[in-house]
Amino acid sequence: MLLFTLKRLLVAVPTLLGVLTIVFFVVRVAPGDPAIVILGENATQQAIEQLRSQLGLDRPLLEQYFSFIGSVLQGDLGRSMISNQPVLKEVWRVLPYTFELTAAALVIGIALGLPLGVISARYRNTPVDFSIRFFSLLGLSFPAFISAILLLLAFSIELPWFPVISEASYSDPVQRFRALVLPALNLGLIMVAYITRVTRSSMLTVISEDYIRTARAKGVPASMVIWQHTLRNALIPIVTVIGLYLGVLIGNSVLTEIVFNRPGLGKLIVIALNSRDYTTLQAMLVIYAFFIVLANLLTDLLYGVIDPKVRNQ
Amino acid sequence: MSAASMTGYMRGLYKLAWRRKAAFVGGVVALLMLLAAIMAPWLAPYDPNEQDILLRMAGPSEAHWLGNDTYGRDILSRIIWGGRISLFIGVASIGLAMIIGGLLGILAGYVGGRTDRLIMSLMDMMLSFPSLVMGLLVVAVLGPTTMNLIIAIAFTAIAPFARIARAPTLAVKQRDFIEAGRALGYSDLRIMVVHVLPNILDEILVLASLWLATAIRTEASLSFIGLGVRPPTATWGGMIRDGFENMLDAPGLVIYPSIAILIIMIALNLLGDGLRDATDPKLRHE
Repeated sequence: MLLFTLKRLLVAVPTLLGVLTIVFFVVRVAPGDPAIVILGENATQQAIEQLRSQLGLDRPLLEQYFSFIGSVLQGDLGRSMISNQPVLKEVWRVLPYTFELTAAALVIGIALGLPLGVISARYRNTPVDFSIRFFSLLGLSFPAFISAILLLLAFSIELPWFPVISEASYSDPVQRFRALVLPALNLGLIMVAYITRVTRSSMLTVISEDYIRTARAKGVPASMVIWQHTLRNALIPIVTVIGLYLGVLIGNSVLTEIVFNRPGLGKLIVIALNSRDYTTLQAMLVIYAFFIVLANLLTDLLYGVIDPKVRNQ
Repeated sequence: MSAASMTGYMRGLYKLAWRRKAAFVGGVVALLMLLAAIMAPWLAPYDPNEQDILLRMAGPSEAHWLGNDTYGRDILSRIIWGGRISLFIGVASIGLAMIIGGLLGILAGYVGGRTDRLIMSLMDMMLSFPSLVMGLLVVAVLGPTTMNLIIAIAFTAIAPFARIARAPTLAVKQRDFIEAGRALGYSDLRIMVVHVLPNILDEILVLASLWLATAIRTEASLSFIGLGVRPPTATWGGMIRDGFENMLDAPGLVIYPSIAILIIMIALNLLGDGLRDATDPKLRHE
């Protein structure tokens, strides 16, 4: 298992380096001189030159690139062009909010999606199956900002159960939880739709295997066949999809944070976009990509845990 | 295709439509919405940008079926015109992603070796960015025009198409007719385009129908964030963004464009699912 983990870690390194390269060059293509963006159109030529040299923009591109890679490797993602604060400081401040949101969504997604998918496969082509499939199709069709708005209209405005503006007092744990419920449900229910669907199709593939028939023939109770023999073997595609949809989840968290006016990475990136704060944008992309590479790595490692065959390859 | 095989093909299509009723309904609804978008100039009762401040946020009436927005513009007309932009951007971006991703995938699978590794690791890197965030960045960098939105959304969808095109190419490459083509001295390009492509087209088209929904959703999301086609041009996401501030007084501003997006999303998902099941041999006889 240790060797397996090490191998997977090694594979992640070039991906991360490539990601850093793409981020660097995409941000450099941006029109408009960042120095002019910061100082405004009316700044003197001298002030612009001075700021350009301060930001290192007057150096050759390749030199800028290596210094960027070097500092990222040392954990330095630069300073915001607007506030001149280290970007990481701001990120650390809001990261817990985004983290609790996505974690809650994942928990909701798995806790509801797995059993619903199993039930749907178990009662295939019955009204139970059709209604579960209908709801998962509905979940897949909702853009996250629309479901967020509808939840807000229904449960904050028509029925005033939850705060309209989630940016309530976050020091009070009860209020913090109340502010989390609707955004987490919004992200979580979409996740449920994805997980239900893949669980169903993966279960259906495994159910027709010979060893399941053998287990049944041996007289293993039906519920045990479904939950232990089938689900365990159906898990790999499910874990893959959960890993893949992390990207979707992150995208949806941006929209959810905007609608519910929650602090978090999503709101940070939108503010940075509007103020053309390229260093912050660059840093945020690196962080997002880092999380996704990390998630892929965890997914790979989970394969090893679930399936001994993968581990021993 | 001969006349006889054409009739056979049509009969096959008819049978398929009957067996996959949900997909058929989805396809018809999506087609109708596409038609409505194309015919917007004749179908929309009003000019989508015509303001009438006296009708500001007016509710539904006989003259304005879905009411008016904050500038007194007719909501129904804006939804019909908005569909034009949203569907055009969706179709164009998926078309672009399909061509670039598909060709890259075929190239990787057909040539193999170092080219394959280079292309596929580049695709893996592109998959390491959340697609909405990537789209956000590309539009922010290039500026929010229709063309740039198409490029941004296409950019987020290239990698999946490359992946889906590569796998069957690897299988097709081993078949005898490719070997025969090579023996006849056909160029690699000719073999890839004329002989490999038609054999993997099914899988690419199924993916396209599923990704079209994603593209439309991404466009709406970007417009909602404020990175869509500039106002006053009507887009569904943009209408929701405009209505968001006033949704307490006039929920219709948000609800009607949302319903338009939901209908097309559900229709495309039904269609894509049906197509996927129909082309998947494991599920074909379900």
